[in-house]
Amino acid sequence: MSDYALRIKNISKSFPGVKALDDVSFDIKKGDLHALVGENGAGKSTLIKILSGVYSTDAGSVELHGKKVTVHTPLEAQQLGISVVHQELKLVESLTVKENIFLGRPFKGKFGVNWQKLRDEAVNLLNRLNIVLDPDDLVSNLSVAQKQIVEICKALSYNADVIIMDEPSATLTDKELETLFQILHELKSQGITIIYITHRLEEIFQLADTVTVLRDGKHIDTLPVDQVDKDKLISLMVGRTLGMEYPKRKVEIGEPILEVKNLNRKGYLHDISFTLRRGEILGFAGLVGAGRTELARALFGADKGVTGEVLLNGKPYTPKNVSSAIAQGIGLIPEDRKEQGLVLNMMVKENISMANFQSIKSSRVLMPKKEDALANKFIDTLRIVTPDAERKVQYLSGGNQQKVVIAKWLNAESDILIIDEPTRGIDVGAKSEIYSLMCDLAEKGKAIIMISSDMPELLGVCDRIMVMHDGRITGELMAEEATQEKILEYAIM
Amino acid sequence: MMNSQATDKKPPVQGSAILRRIKRFLDDYSILYAVIILIAILSIASPDFLSLKNFTNVFRQISMVAILTVGMFFVMVGGGIDISCGATVGLTGVLFAMFMVNYGMHPVPAFIFTVIVGAAIGTINGTLVTRFGIPAMIATLGTQSIARGFTYVITGAYPISGIPDSVSFLGRGYVLGMEWLPWPVFIVTILALVAHFVAQRTQYGRSVYAVGGNTEAAYLSGIKDKQIQIITYIALGVLSAIAGMILTSRLASGQPNGGLTWEFEAITAAVIGGVSITGGRGKVFGALLGAVLIGLLTNGMTLIGMESYPQQMVKGMVLVLAIGFDIYSVNKKSKK
Repeated sequence: MSDYALRIKNISKSFPGVKALDDVSFDIKKGDLHALVGENGAGKSTLIKILSGVYSTDAGSVELHGKKVTVHTPLEAQQLGISVVHQELKLVESLTVKENIFLGRPFKGKFGVNWQKLRDEAVNLLNRLNIVLDPDDLVSNLSVAQKQIVEICKALSYNADVIIMDEPSATLTDKELETLFQILHELKSQGITIIYITHRLEEIFQLADTVTVLRDGKHIDTLPVDQVDKDKLISLMVGRTLGMEYPKRKVEIGEPILEVKNLNRKGYLHDISFTLRRGEILGFAGLVGAGRTELARALFGADKGVTGEVLLNGKPYTPKNVSSAIAQGIGLIPEDRKEQGLVLNMMVKENISMANFQSIKSSRVLMPKKEDALANKFIDTLRIVTPDAERKVQYLSGGNQQKVVIAKWLNAESDILIIDEPTRGIDVGAKSEIYSLMCDLAEKGKAIIMISSDMPELLGVCDRIMVMHDGRITGELMAEEATQEKILEYAIM
Repeated sequence: MMNSQATDKKPPVQGSAILRRIKRFLDDYSILYAVIILIAILSIASPDFLSLKNFTNVFRQISMVAILTVGMFFVMVGGGIDISCGATVGLTGVLFAMFMVNYGMHPVPAFIFTVIVGAAIGTINGTLVTRFGIPAMIATLGTQSIARGFTYVITGAYPISGIPDSVSFLGRGYVLGMEWLPWPVFIVTILALVAHFVAQRTQYGRSVYAVGGNTEAAYLSGIKDKQIQIITYIALGVLSAIAGMILTSRLASGQPNGGLTWEFEAITAAVIGGVSITGGRGKVFGALLGAVLIGLLTNGMTLIGMESYPQQMVKGMVLVLAIGFDIYSVNKKSKK
């Protein structure tokens, strides 16, 4: 038997106009937790799709346990013991946990399905992971983390010995992350090989044995984790040294711009009070469901039933609806770019002008020339990578899409920008550009509220951090005194 | 810091801008190919087809459905659908006749009242869909039945005849006596130009596309999505009333069955003209070319002697094929 679970040999794959993978070769040891990193577009997804039978290769081969294999379909991959836990989970919400695990393969009994066996097997799998989860619960009742567990069980039920996890941590809270890590250790101890894709580099050092870096479709390096540090990893990923991951600049903090007193929304927000000043980047930390997004929407006039007093520039501010909030200088960059931030099938320029039609109008008529000029200005200043202003935003990478959303709010001339998860799913290079943009805005005397579940990001960018739990503010920390531990303490109190 | 990232942004190529524009035009109006091919086939199949007289005839025939198509365009781009508009044509056509015949109204106030009825039906549709959250298909299925039923109730299912001659120009006359420009065709042309301008060059038109493309994102950009959508239904209601009045004038009577299945023809026209049933995509002239295509198809089938029942089957197949193609191309694009 070979020591390697997978050997990837000289794989190339092209799509029209792009070389997605270019002569990639590396080995994955049996029982290893092998991290796969790279910026968006580096070729990670393509590689996974080849391993799981979604794409075929143009050249090169894959060896599984020393035997050359060609995987034609996802089903074949599963039969060979390769399973993928996708970032966007593929479960049937209206069925139970046990049904989802064995979807399409019910145990036949005398009269139809042998439900007892189905349940027992599901419990067995859950026990293997040391997880308590009711196999009869509907999947729609589960949290994202629990759904992931169901996916993992599903993979195990195919007797997978190679499990590929595509950014499992992107949507998890820290607490859930711990559980995930526990499961990964459990799987490893059972000899299962894990390929782990992530944008959160800290995880690699906590979890992985080996790390492989891809960049622009090429294999850059495969290293034992204890031989690299974070800076080294980043420079391998981006192919250059980023000055700093968090380009935080000191900005003079000005007078209060937003004063919130006893803001309430039944069931979501309780007695929220805080002050935001010009030039400030104010962070909001907390677990998912702590009420941070609800707070953002309340300030943005997006939800009904909000009570309390808010002063904007010293004057009472009660937004009836979103357009009145925008008119008074508040902008919201929502957490879900694709669902809430952009109209994907519209052009870059149309998305940029959307929150301020006045900027492209001339006596009530939209002027294409004005719109083109406006879009090109933002494409240049924000360095949005797109062939032209008329490209539909769905074809842009995550980082560039986020820049389009930011451009939209710059164009709306917002004084206060609320940014919910500014860098979720965005690669390292674009991340630091977005932080830098935020600092630019603060320097211009604007104020930023930044909601984030990424602790290092909060600590690296914010001047002050408010911590929320269960719809209340439970703590406030200045940047100098804040640490991950302190934030967590307030977040779970 | 901002400049530390090396990006390979290509310099804009000047010459390709025009090519791109042409390509985009052909993408938006790919139905042009179908229209040209159909004209070619029908010209060969029937010697009567390729004449100014026949074309004038076809355009006049389709003009009323084309007016509905313009309204349907906005409703569908905004992410909705309205299957009550054919029934609205019937109701408003009959009411227009009754206002003048039974109540002795002058045509001008009769016209105004009829338009108000159309707007009211549109308001009801829009309110049911946006404020009460009833799926558009179901809400307008209900109003369709109500409107058609009400039409039969007030007429006893008998036509209303005795329309004053002063309104006959609307359906049967020619603009300035020019035999190639019937009034209905002229009206569609004006409406289409206005609609195209609204769709492409006004905040409202842009907002309709945004709401249909992604309601949540549009709302969070300050666009009043519900208001935008309600107005699309009102516009279709008003346009249905105009079509209804043209129909009454053309037939010189208010027909309770007027506009039957026209919603189907308008939806088919819009979809084969490139308006997406999922919202957010399409062009006014694309949708109108869709109406032309259906008109030519009907005309061609009649000229080669096909009866009207199999014609209906053909149109149904065209609709299913067009929607199938729409879904297929949406899926293909999202997989890219």
